[in-house]
Amino acid sequence: MDNILSIVTFIPAIAAGILALFLHGDDAAAQRNAKWIALLATTVTFLVSIGIYTGFDPSNPGFQMVEEGEWLMGLKYKMGVDGISVLFVLLTTFIMPLTILASWNVTDRVKEYMVAFLLLETLMLGVFMALDLVLFYLFFEAGLIPMFLIIGIWGGKDRVYASFKFFLYTFLGSVLMLVAMVAMYADAGTTDIEALMTHQFSSESFSVLGIYVVGGMQTLMFLAFFASFAVKMPMWPVHTWLPDAHVQAPTAGSVVLAAILLKMGGYGFLRFSLPMFPVGSAVMTDLVLWMSAIAVVYTSLVALVQEDMKKLIAYSSVAHMGFVTMGIFAANQQGIDGAIFQMLSHGFISAALFLCVGVIYDRMHTRDIEAYGGLVIRMPAYALVFMLFTMANVGLPGTSGFIGEFLTLMGAFQVNTWVTAVAATGVIFSAGYALWLYRRVVFGDLIKESLKAMTDMSSRERLIFAPLIVMTILLGVYPSLVTDVIGQSTAALISNYDTALAAAEAATQTAASH
Amino acid sequence: MIQADLTIILPEIILALYAMAALLGAVYTTKDGLAPLLVWTTAGLMALLAIWIATQGEGTNVAFNGMFVDDGFARFAKVAILLSAGAVLVMSQEYMARRDLLRFEYPLLVALAAVGMMMMVSAGDLMSLYMGLELQSLSLYVVAALRRDSAKSTEAGLKYFVLGALSSGLLLYGASLVYGFTGTTLFSGIITTVQAGDVSIGLLFGLIFMISGLAFKVSAVPFHMWTPDVYEGSPTPITAFFATAPKVAAMALFARLMHDAFGGIVKDWQQVIVLLSVLSMLLGAVAAIGQRDIKRLMAFSSIAHMGYALIGLAAGTELGIKAMLMYLAIYVTMNIGTFAFILMMERDGKPITDIDALRQYSKRDPGKALAVLILMFSLAGVPPMLGFFAKFGVWQAGVSAGLTGLVIVSAIASVIGAFYYLRIVFYMYFGAENEEPIETRSTPVLWVALMGSAALMLVGIFYQFGVEGAAAAAAATLVN
Repeated sequence: MDNILSIVTFIPAIAAGILALFLHGDDAAAQRNAKWIALLATTVTFLVSIGIYTGFDPSNPGFQMVEEGEWLMGLKYKMGVDGISVLFVLLTTFIMPLTILASWNVTDRVKEYMVAFLLLETLMLGVFMALDLVLFYLFFEAGLIPMFLIIGIWGGKDRVYASFKFFLYTFLGSVLMLVAMVAMYADAGTTDIEALMTHQFSSESFSVLGIYVVGGMQTLMFLAFFASFAVKMPMWPVHTWLPDAHVQAPTAGSVVLAAILLKMGGYGFLRFSLPMFPVGSAVMTDLVLWMSAIAVVYTSLVALVQEDMKKLIAYSSVAHMGFVTMGIFAANQQGIDGAIFQMLSHGFISAALFLCVGVIYDRMHTRDIEAYGGLVIRMPAYALVFMLFTMANVGLPGTSGFIGEFLTLMGAFQVNTWVTAVAATGVIFSAGYALWLYRRVVFGDLIKESLKAMTDMSSRERLIFAPLIVMTILLGVYPSLVTDVIGQSTAALISNYDTALAAAEAATQTAASH
Repeated sequence: MIQADLTIILPEIILALYAMAALLGAVYTTKDGLAPLLVWTTAGLMALLAIWIATQGEGTNVAFNGMFVDDGFARFAKVAILLSAGAVLVMSQEYMARRDLLRFEYPLLVALAAVGMMMMVSAGDLMSLYMGLELQSLSLYVVAALRRDSAKSTEAGLKYFVLGALSSGLLLYGASLVYGFTGTTLFSGIITTVQAGDVSIGLLFGLIFMISGLAFKVSAVPFHMWTPDVYEGSPTPITAFFATAPKVAAMALFARLMHDAFGGIVKDWQQVIVLLSVLSMLLGAVAAIGQRDIKRLMAFSSIAHMGYALIGLAAGTELGIKAMLMYLAIYVTMNIGTFAFILMMERDGKPITDIDALRQYSKRDPGKALAVLILMFSLAGVPPMLGFFAKFGVWQAGVSAGLTGLVIVSAIASVIGAFYYLRIVFYMYFGAENEEPIETRSTPVLWVALMGSAALMLVGIFYQFGVEGAAAAAAATLVN
């Protein structure tokens, strides 16, 4: 299959089109059909995407399975994967069938719901595969529309506020990135990502509006991209949209948001910021590292005092993403490998945690931690699953969470000891809020009347968690599964980065000596 | 010689003769009884002329010693004008008929306005520019006040007339200064003087006055005051017309004047256009937030969109003109779809323009709601809709002309503007239920216009029906 990437990307969109055009009515039969079609489509997408994994050659650091075609306005339709993106593609296709399964109880506008999720999958896959700047932007930005609708239509009580905040926050970041993209196009004359990676953007310092910009154009472009990716990530202090969006989104929406959408920011740093603006990245590294450390500590502390379970996990996500940015901007093999690993692992763990909340929310229709307690008595299987993922979230050795945190800390330690020291305290805090949450929800006496009729997980729910458990433990004990795939590409990325920095350094010195 | 001239201007002559003959025919026969037929024949004739111009026109032809220029740029604008005017005419027929507004003058005035617009975009001389502009404007003043028994409509007409006359005065005064300082009214003569480096302060004065007059016609801030009132007061089909063809014509005329007559001194007028553009985008974005009336909202939306299109003009390059033309083509398509929907909005036979009435509309009519959703996101410039590529084009032109600051401002304005488009989506999809839901009465024509333009927003990503190539060719003939 020559165009397996396009096939994988557009299977969900085609299924969405079929649903939208040919499925009529809103009775029980139509709803059931919509769910099954969506499940079938996402599963097929996953199965086909395994072909990408098997066909992928880990020893080749470049882009593989590249497809290219002409598009409008001198732009190109170009798709491809390398070691950095291939696993995100698989993560997406892996998570989506689970989210559809998790949405089995949706009864309101089921067809539209499934269409939104299927379109979202296509757009997310496109983000990770696009090798044209504008194509990337198109997928990146268009994903806002289904997510806006998912939060807005099927969300909780304050969904309107959350959906608008989500949309406008991310839109503002993105348009600034678009301006930088336009500038890159004007400067390099191409929107091909592969070509742009080798293009040297000017790093000559200059003044804008009276401010002296070290690193010149590269720094400005870095900042424009940073505006978008930092919001998406989300990094402190622009993370405030995330808790709102998570709390108001339906369970499946939270899962997609945490497991996949947040990864676009980190992916963007690796795909654009480091390779295309090395000097700009180097200039900003210290700032980003400190922002990451603050994010880890601050949001962990905020998570401690949350009373809403989803909000707590949302803040914990921000903290974990802090490790990711720290690893990326350490810009060494351990750091970047760890960051990618952490993103993948967080994809499984946070998805599972939101699903855990979903399980009891479906029964009690509240997310207040106060409303629970002693669940282990009625729901032993649930208690076990929840414990496993709580531990993984804390970063217990043997789970995937440990590898990611450890690698990023190790990478960052070589660059900035103080940042690492501060961030390492976050590990303790995360144990604090996660274990405390677990204790309040699961342990204790079952005194609340309303909880006494709780039933344990259904077989559907067990089916959802099974693959996540397997992945979390598998990656925890056998991390080379990931690092072998990404190793060559990250090594190439780092060596290019170092070469570019050395070249810029040399250029400044020659300029100074003249 | 005169015969060759007449051949070049034949489409305009045909349309003008048709309008006059139809006027006589209607006056001497059944009067308003003929109106529905006239709507269709006028629209049909416009479509035919558009096809004729698009397929037959070739090269650059100059008539009447340079007063009238028929080139690729003019043809592109004419096709857009004729098609959008024709589309709005057929869309309005049923609406006007049911509200007893369908007089025979209406299609004919639109036809005459179209003649004026065609003259405008082909103007090669200050006098033909003014002639075309006035023919267009006078027709528009009358149609704005078409609903004679409504205070709002007459107010709209009068307001439009008074302010329009003022702007025409400004323009004329500027033209007289330009004539006085260059000694010629021909664009080709003016540009010779300008490029010879002979740019006196008086000439610049004239230029600024002319820009002010034209800014009024494209409703750029700070010459936009009339727009919301006229949009709100006029009958909806007329508003739809105002938002489409005249905007294309005025923008095209603007571009022609700037490039054909003042092409050599881009730096001298660039900053003025940049200012107009920035103000329009920001005001259009901010002022629309408080609007509850969808027609007023669309008025501010069109102000903002003209601001974006002006980025292309401000760039002063071929790429800029191409981007501007693409922007206008996409803008007109989006607006036709949106106004088709506004024309459908009613309750108990009365037109409704309050966006509050749209609450939970998607439950009642998912198909149309989806089309409006696509149009709203497209107007906001969110990919993958075509509206995004329109913005991308002008930004690309802006950045490559060194106007990065302008582009950043417009990026921020587009985020602010996204809010009110999103709000319409919000009402339709997840607002609280409304006790008095609207009905949407859709005629086949309106349905096709709405669905067609929404579909184009998506299809356009894959196939642009040659519009992009035509815009590029048109830009190449204007800027050389």
